[in-house]
Amino acid sequence: MIELQNLTKIFHTAEGEVEALKKVSITIPDGEIYGIIGMSGAGKSTLVRCINLLERPDEGTVKVDGQDLAQLSERELRKMRRNITMIFQGFNLLMQRNCLRNVCYPLELAGVKRAEARKKAMELLELVGLQDKALAYPAQLSGGQKQRVAIARALATNPKVLLCDEATSALDPTTTNSILELIRDINSRFGITVIIITHQMSVVENVCRKVAILDRGEVVEHGDVGEIFAHPKSQAARKLVYPDGNENALVVNAESETLIRVVFNGADAAGKPIIARMALDAGITANIAYASTKTIHGKAYGSMILGIAGGEDQKNRAIDYLRETPDIIVEEVSDYVS
Amino acid sequence: MFRDLFSAEKWEEAWDIIQSQFGTAVWETVYVTLASTAFAILIGLPLGVLLVVGDKKGIRPLPVWIMSVLNVIINILRSVPFLILMILVFPLTRAIIGTTVGTTASIVPLTIAAFPFVARLVETSLREVDPNTIEMAQSMGSSTLQIVWKVMIPESIPSLISNATIALTTILGYTAMSGIIGGGGLGKIAINYGYYRYKYLIMLVAVILLVILVQIFQSVGTFLARRTDKRLRR
Repeated sequence: MIELQNLTKIFHTAEGEVEALKKVSITIPDGEIYGIIGMSGAGKSTLVRCINLLERPDEGTVKVDGQDLAQLSERELRKMRRNITMIFQGFNLLMQRNCLRNVCYPLELAGVKRAEARKKAMELLELVGLQDKALAYPAQLSGGQKQRVAIARALATNPKVLLCDEATSALDPTTTNSILELIRDINSRFGITVIIITHQMSVVENVCRKVAILDRGEVVEHGDVGEIFAHPKSQAARKLVYPDGNENALVVNAESETLIRVVFNGADAAGKPIIARMALDAGITANIAYASTKTIHGKAYGSMILGIAGGEDQKNRAIDYLRETPDIIVEEVSDYVS
Repeated sequence: MFRDLFSAEKWEEAWDIIQSQFGTAVWETVYVTLASTAFAILIGLPLGVLLVVGDKKGIRPLPVWIMSVLNVIINILRSVPFLILMILVFPLTRAIIGTTVGTTASIVPLTIAAFPFVARLVETSLREVDPNTIEMAQSMGSSTLQIVWKVMIPESIPSLISNATIALTTILGYTAMSGIIGGGGLGKIAINYGYYRYKYLIMLVAVILLVILVQIFQSVGTFLARRTDKRLRR
């Protein structure tokens, strides 16, 4: 378990003091995939670097499995870092080493024998699907392949925690999804706690179960992804959930329609046009006022705002109908401002 | 001054000297250059590493005064003209080699003149390493020494080789100067025959040989730098 308590970090720059983190407290249980999301400059990178003490917080404590990291000696801290490994936006591979030797790097640090290290590295490259690239150099790989090598390297020391610092931000959407799938797979297979730092809501929707929203150095909201996605309370969360426009600015017929929000949190969407079926099965017609959804590997993610005509009754029927589909959250939109 | 430069008898005279002395001279030049470069790297490499690692933004910052002293010493050594430096280090040369004259003796002043230069070259090479890569190494739990040995130096090998080539050719130029105060090699021949005895043809040949040596060193250096750089797609 990772416990961040009241982390405060101040940077002294030429322009004065910048408070990068303000009393940030987050608890991350073992085996979780935890998202930390925020706009650029929100303090995400500083926060993730506090978890392995690459940045030392000015105040507050970082506890991993009850151990306060600030109490560790240099040597103990270095050893601890083998348990909390990291992947980066820029991959940060050693450009003069081939893939195999890149994966061997953390094993060399740990003093693993050469032959043994190579065997383990080969297994890891196989896990990320790059066994045929073992002898290739990073310059010969695509971005997605580089990140796979970086993931293999991060797993070499059998860590308990994997920190992902904007790990997919430099990748195209398809590659992003395949990397996220790999991360999800690793999490379920090895039970590694994954902490994902990102500015992309789609990444959080895709893999995270829990999320904390960071805004100007503060955690403004945290909880289940579905929950936050369904009713973002803070300004920052709204901005992230509805990046391409404010849902409050939608043109709907607010007098004759009641609004409901439908959140797809990995619902089985393949071959199920649920809105159309609702019209056919239950005779409820819905006006799609807002939709931001996507289908990933046959699962639907995102949210929709439906305008239901016919008053309270029809609305309740619609909610009941939609709730029968698993992994869909339906709720009334009460905080709507027209 | 260059009248009759290529007359038959001058050729004949030059050919005699070329046959009798140039073999040794080329060998002496190469030997002094390589030995001085090797010693300069031996001292300059760790010093260059220290300049980067101990910097206040480095991976193991050293007290500011230590860094200032280092920088001042390097700058002073670099600003003393080589001819004067050679004379200044006579006592040191005598202490190490036993004499201040001769081919081997010139290795001492050459090394002293070159190591601060090499330290600066190493510093520039190592600073080219992506700070994100170093952060990665830290995040994996690398010690300072491991970062230097396994990340900074290997990652900048092509640049280090290029800079070593620059050092080598610069030192080669210096060896020619050391001929003035008793160093051996092509420089000595150029000065002794060309300057003191007006045998310009000999001087010309010596210079041409120096040019050829620089070309060879540079070509080999460039080849190795490209060969070792795995960032280039092939």
